[in-house]
Amino acid sequence: MSSVEPETPEAPEAPEVEAPAVDPYASDLQALRTELGDALVETGAQRGDLWVRVHRDAWDHAAEVLRHQLRYDYFCFLSAVDWMPHTWPNPKVIEGEGAEEAEEEPPPSAEIARGFAGGDSRFQVLARVYSTTRHQGVFVKSDLDDAAPAAPTWSRTYRGADWHERETHEMYGVDFIGHPNLANLYLPGAFEGYPLRKDFPLLSREVKPWPGLVDVEGFPAGYGGGEESAAPAAPAEEGAAG
Amino acid sequence: MAVTDQQRLSYIAAQAADARVNVELQTEQMTLNLGPQHPATHGTLRLVAKLDGEQVVSADVVCGYMHRGYEKLTEVRTYPQITTLVNRIDWLSSFANEVPFILAAEQLMEVEAPPRAQCIRTALFEMSRIANITLFIGEMGVQLGAITPVFFAFRDREYVLNLIEAATGGRFHPNFDRIGGLKDDLPRGWIAETKQAMAKIRSYCDQLEDLLMGNEIFETRTRGVGVIPAEIGLSYGLSGANIRASGVDWDLRRDQPSPLVWKDLDWKVWTHPDGDSFARYWVRLQETREATKMVEQCLDGLPAGPIQAKVPRIIKVPAGEAWVSTENPLGEMGYYVVSQGGLGPFRVKIRSASFNNISITPWLLKGVYVPDIVTILASLYFILGDIDR
Repeated sequence: MSSVEPETPEAPEAPEVEAPAVDPYASDLQALRTELGDALVETGAQRGDLWVRVHRDAWDHAAEVLRHQLRYDYFCFLSAVDWMPHTWPNPKVIEGEGAEEAEEEPPPSAEIARGFAGGDSRFQVLARVYSTTRHQGVFVKSDLDDAAPAAPTWSRTYRGADWHERETHEMYGVDFIGHPNLANLYLPGAFEGYPLRKDFPLLSREVKPWPGLVDVEGFPAGYGGGEESAAPAAPAEEGAAG
Repeated sequence: MAVTDQQRLSYIAAQAADARVNVELQTEQMTLNLGPQHPATHGTLRLVAKLDGEQVVSADVVCGYMHRGYEKLTEVRTYPQITTLVNRIDWLSSFANEVPFILAAEQLMEVEAPPRAQCIRTALFEMSRIANITLFIGEMGVQLGAITPVFFAFRDREYVLNLIEAATGGRFHPNFDRIGGLKDDLPRGWIAETKQAMAKIRSYCDQLEDLLMGNEIFETRTRGVGVIPAEIGLSYGLSGANIRASGVDWDLRRDQPSPLVWKDLDWKVWTHPDGDSFARYWVRLQETREATKMVEQCLDGLPAGPIQAKVPRIIKVPAGEAWVSTENPLGEMGYYVVSQGGLGPFRVKIRSASFNNISITPWLLKGVYVPDIVTILASLYFILGDIDR
């Protein structure tokens, strides 16, 4: 198990360093670089998958290269990520029981870790394709315009992208240029807002901030049987708790 | 056995006659609404088909009646709480939904469950596959008008569900997998009983093979109906038995490294070259047999030792990203988890199999006859919770 660091070993400036001795992706990466040129922003490899970040104008061209030239025949998924930090009161801080363990604050907004192959914008589209013959997968991501997120459609290349783009459109407000029918898939037609954006409030959580603790009685002292627990509990209770 | 040339010829002749009538009479198109409460939709899937006579001109799928917004909810929950949610995605094989999520969290935390836990996980994973697919095997019959198989299915599936309940405490929603291991060890006597149940499931498979696959009505209604070419299926993202029935020899249990012990077991990946509804049924039936063997092998080679690795009492997952997918009963199920170092994930993308599997229906239903709609939907085998999440 190698470590999961957001920083991948190679830098985008030094394209020669990326290939270890046996890199199954070396030739694919070379082909992508030839085809996309400057539009290939950043690359990385993680846990058997290749990660590439492309410029949004080359988003559909990357799909064509992957499917027709490099034979990534299987379409896995397409979605988006909103990298804005949460705006509602952060529910991650447990009050009362266990507060001493949660003393470290969640990371401040400036230090949002952008993951493999990096990113600069708030919205990113992300897709994965896979080769069922070579058993290799490629993640493709692309930075979008924050004010009006849009990317060319993949549905002409991978048929399955049709529904995934409809879902991403309704959940994130990402426009897929050239898509035949960006109608809502899950939400009612007149729904306003984009639910998976981080600034879309989850109303039930505004009303009841922490699921599972507010409406539940506090744990008895000594519950859990940890070595650090202050209140000594009877052995029978310990057994029941464990 | 197979469709005779005579039958095929009469089918073609009927189609040609239909076409001639359509040219001559200019029949009006009609809209047929299936669902959202149709029994063939396993929940609330709605299908709007435009018909020309008995033939489908175009079909639209309307989903979202059961959308529960799990991707949003995961952002306000801690990691241990999320297994409760993902249990309810594909509700017929809940334990199998938990595994890839827990593996993703373990990958980020760099903990690994002890060998005994991995082995029990694999056994329970395959048992939830059996619980899931035995229902399909019986239900496919009921969709085509044969009522007996579904009673057989509910009878024999009960043995497996009882054992899952005995081990985990939950028949449908076990919530048993933990980061770093399992909640509990197996109860006493469970292994012997499970082996008996596996034998029962195998005899159930034999019975269904006799009942349905040798049945002429079943064959004529499934052979050549809803043919999916491999290339188009892959382009739509079909996975699991649906794509193996189109001749693609690909199974994530065999083809990717996994902490679970599938690689150590002796089993076979079944494929079928035809790509029609019959092939999908046949592949699933074989997979159930393989799964029973895998459960037995897991229990025979069950290592001793702890079932839970050392993890902190309050689980905090370091910042990073993980993608883990497994071969679930319905196909590839994957979780893309982004952590920012808190108690809960920053973003979870749930890649569920049925969503892709059902997205092919508008293409697949074009030009088929109305009774075949039900056959095709049944043979694609989707769970609504797995589409709508």
